[in-house]
Amino acid sequence: MSILIPVAVVSGLGLVFGLGLSYASKVFEVKVDERISAVREMLPGANCGACGYSGCDGLAEAIINEGVHPSRCPVGGIAVVNAIADYLGIDEGSIDVNVARVLCQGNCDNVVFKYNYLGIEDCHAANALAGGMDACSYGCVGLGSCKKVCQFDAIIVENGLARIIPEKCTGCGNCVAECPKSIIKLVPVLSGFTVKCNNHDKGVIARKNCKVGCIACQRCVKVCPSEAITMDNNLAVIDPEKCTNCGQCAEACPQKCITNTIVKRFK
Amino acid sequence: MKELFAILIGAILVENFVLSKFLGICPFLGVSKKTSTALGMSGAVVFVLVMSQAVTWLANEYLLEPYNLEYLQTITFILVIAALVQFVETVLKKLMPPLYKALGVYLPLITTNCAVLGSALIFVERNYTFIEAVVFGFAAGLGFTLALILFSGIRERLETADIPEAFKGMPITLVAASLVSITFIGFAGLIIG
Repeated sequence: MSILIPVAVVSGLGLVFGLGLSYASKVFEVKVDERISAVREMLPGANCGACGYSGCDGLAEAIINEGVHPSRCPVGGIAVVNAIADYLGIDEGSIDVNVARVLCQGNCDNVVFKYNYLGIEDCHAANALAGGMDACSYGCVGLGSCKKVCQFDAIIVENGLARIIPEKCTGCGNCVAECPKSIIKLVPVLSGFTVKCNNHDKGVIARKNCKVGCIACQRCVKVCPSEAITMDNNLAVIDPEKCTNCGQCAEACPQKCITNTIVKRFK
Repeated sequence: MKELFAILIGAILVENFVLSKFLGICPFLGVSKKTSTALGMSGAVVFVLVMSQAVTWLANEYLLEPYNLEYLQTITFILVIAALVQFVETVLKKLMPPLYKALGVYLPLITTNCAVLGSALIFVERNYTFIEAVVFGFAAGLGFTLALILFSGIRERLETADIPEAFKGMPITLVAASLVSITFIGFAGLIIG
């Protein structure tokens, strides 16, 4: 029977403290702006500190009390920014969140191969062998080195081409640093149209190597009403600052290498 | 009165918690980078030590000793200290927001500080009275403060010192900590009372 005394003492203490604390939390409750906890719920909750505050709590407080824009959180992505902006009724148009985009469409069907690669599954290894097996020396190697460094499962490799799922991408930039071909770029979320090619070869060579490469025909440059497209060494580049997402360049492109990603992402 | 003074000086200098008993080393190395954070942490430690000494003494005297449950001291003290700190935090948040903000994250941190539990176990060992136990806790907190402030001053100097590459960061900090600790051995022969 004497074993019951220590059991009773310890569990009794626990019970008393538990009840006391829950009572105290009621009596000494401090009213917190309920919007803060609501915003806190919407934030990713990773407490990574990438926003510059001590954690998600700090950012939630700053959003409510200091009017910091929710896009300060680089991890949550568009979904989080939109949700918070909707909740607070503030403009979500000023989002300056970036997402990563693979500037290449050269999958196994589109690109010509120089040789058959049977080495280890790593873009750097393949790249060391004459710049990879793709005839286009600028394009995606497609062995998924970017996928391995992505902590958010936002990258899939389909048919020898890396593709980024915009809903999952947080714009952390890990893949940008990893890609041996430097074909992954961070672009603002709101810019829909991108030239999905990184080929600086002359048109003839580009066309020979890949079905969907930019051949530097400059049709997009001529058709663009806002002069957002410039030619950079045989490659069309869209300036997201000037682009109005009108889509005329995508229609004009004979190679179909200008694509719209904004529709898929938002609606 | 003389005994209390002996306890006070003894706990601050002769058996300094950090430098002689090696309790609470984690905050000693963790928050001693800047004097301001060191002060915040020390304040929280003094505060919690005094309160926990009082409560654990009562728990020991009226709950454990009557039933010969001394073997439950560790678990009971941890339970009591954790609940106490949580309670104090809740109350401070409501009644003294400035103090709550000043102590900030340090308050819940020291719940599990071994200096707090250590001083509770020491007063039991020495059969201190209630007043003696509280004074001992207060003195232990002051000793912790002294060590932390001394050391944070040294670390601020180390920041700008020309240190060999291999020793930069934690290695030189540990070397400095051991040197400070050695100097406190000088107090070991001091017998009061």
